[in-house]
Amino acid sequence: MDFMVFQYPMISVQACLDGILLGILFALIAYGMALQWGVMNIINIAQGDLVILGGYIAYFMYLYGIHPAWGVIVAPVIMYFVGIAIYKLVINKVVDRDLFISILATFGISILFMQLMNFAFGADVVLANSDYGTTMLFNNNVVLPNSKIFSAFISILFAICLVIYMKKSKLGRAIRATAQNARAAKILGVDTEKVYAATFGINAALCGVAGALISITFTIHPYMGLPYTIRSFMIVIVAGLGNLPGVAMSGMGLGVFEEFADYILGTEFRIGSVFLLLVLILIYRRFKLSRKREYLK
Amino acid sequence: MKNNLILYIGILIFGIAAPFVFPAFKVQLSILCVLIVLATTWNIQGGEMGYNSFGNILFYGLGMYLCASVQVGMFFPLAEWTESGGEKTFVHTPSQFFQGMAVGLIVAAVVPTIVAGLIGYSILGLRGHYFAICTLGLGVAAGEISGGIEIIGAGQGFTTPPFPDVGSLDSRGEFFYFLSFFVLVLTFVTVRAIYTTRFKLILNAIRDNEDKAEAMGIETMKYKIIGWMISAFFCGLAGGIMGGLVGYIDSTDVAFDGREMGVFMVLMAILGGKGTLWGPIIGATVFHIFKEGFWTFFLGWQYVALGVLIVVIVIYFPEGIMGWLREKYPERFGEVVDEKDRKAQVELK
Repeated sequence: MDFMVFQYPMISVQACLDGILLGILFALIAYGMALQWGVMNIINIAQGDLVILGGYIAYFMYLYGIHPAWGVIVAPVIMYFVGIAIYKLVINKVVDRDLFISILATFGISILFMQLMNFAFGADVVLANSDYGTTMLFNNNVVLPNSKIFSAFISILFAICLVIYMKKSKLGRAIRATAQNARAAKILGVDTEKVYAATFGINAALCGVAGALISITFTIHPYMGLPYTIRSFMIVIVAGLGNLPGVAMSGMGLGVFEEFADYILGTEFRIGSVFLLLVLILIYRRFKLSRKREYLK
Repeated sequence: MKNNLILYIGILIFGIAAPFVFPAFKVQLSILCVLIVLATTWNIQGGEMGYNSFGNILFYGLGMYLCASVQVGMFFPLAEWTESGGEKTFVHTPSQFFQGMAVGLIVAAVVPTIVAGLIGYSILGLRGHYFAICTLGLGVAAGEISGGIEIIGAGQGFTTPPFPDVGSLDSRGEFFYFLSFFVLVLTFVTVRAIYTTRFKLILNAIRDNEDKAEAMGIETMKYKIIGWMISAFFCGLAGGIMGGLVGYIDSTDVAFDGREMGVFMVLMAILGGKGTLWGPIIGATVFHIFKEGFWTFFLGWQYVALGVLIVVIVIYFPEGIMGWLREKYPERFGEVVDEKDRKAQVELK
């Protein structure tokens, strides 16, 4: 336990800013999860592994001498097709089935991806160095790497583009219609199979963007996927499906929480605190809902 | 009924004779017993109650740590033991080892049961995928947190007391085999007894429609918690034995290994057939044989195989072996079949 955070206000400011920039990235991943959850009613445990795979794409570009920031454009394109492939091979067989079946199936995909990435890229913690330098704030008391600011900016840009795409384009309208009522959409001539595939592809592409940004700002490792899945799940249940400002806000909140947990409890408890927070949130939600049920009685 | 009795006696004799017939596979057979215990107890709330938990690994790991800690802590200072190389300075005498193991196993069974009872009320109120993800989170959180606690070895692991020198080299394997076989028999007898009572029907009612069951006047929450506590009891025991068997406890790779053991128990139960008595046992046996074969011949690719296996089983084989048998030979399961109707249905397919 270390309460230095509260004795030196500048550390708190640092933690808050770090957390917000990190949280925007989480919100981007959570947006993808909310999308597929809302449309297909599937919880994808492999979400985090798609993120890490996107990160490796950027890392490889870095290894071959291309600036990793270009990964932000290349990763989603590749990941879109990876997502479609996963959908065609596995997900379309579990869409209509019991929820637990889909959780278990994506868990299997997650294990598969983890291990394949471990073979392909090795078990080292890597990062793609972007050479963006740092920004000093408040009399040099707060240090912000420019890569974090860059990644937050790009995430917001992608999120806005996607929202506009969902509102305006034909596919976006079809996706929203399927989310509201798949059967009715089918009757009205929407090819729901195609919509599902596209949704999963878009989700994977978003994961690819987030992963590329994470490989620039933080580090990636083949086994680091599950925490990202849990974070995005947590953000979605706090915000609710289809509530974009809520997703952004709870993403930032989670980021700030994590930074403070990191300072107070120590880095070794960081991931543990995320998972514990998930359990606490679910329990809180359960008691809130049960109280509502009692009102109805 | 008579056939069944012969079957049970046959299995019992096989179980007792197995370590002498296959002396090279003693450790594997003990692990198989532990796996069957885990799959069978997962089935109590996963298959019968419909609460698919990824978090039974919590009780398994808890039992593992508790058993080892008690076994060491009863005679030696625990903190010095878990310091690097500390386990070499202290040696358990045989009587100390067995006493510690006995007390440790009791603690390892009782404490997880209490934990399950305490957290049960808040967690079993969750439904469907919220429950599954919440328990997944619990298992991983326990692993991450125990990896940061110094007194039980933190990141560098915890060496359980080595088996004392009692004369014969084979005695370690035999001791652990019979211990795990005893727990297996205990589990089987208990579960079989449970499955003949009203309790099982209540669990099935909860699985089929919880709200309706509640409306019929069943206190669903009470039975859900009891079901989970039974699972936790045997998971803790299995964990305690496995700790001694493996000889080394690591927070995320051995104890709270959600990626391996936590999924295995779900997979075994599904492979054999959820919601049947024999399903998890058959599933665990088939899975263990498959796994050991794969682990030996395709070392390194085992997780890839595991991932593919999960996906294939879940997509193409969700009813499991028992479900398949049941469809094929319904008469054997005491179901009366209208042959005409069945043929019509087969033709429809």
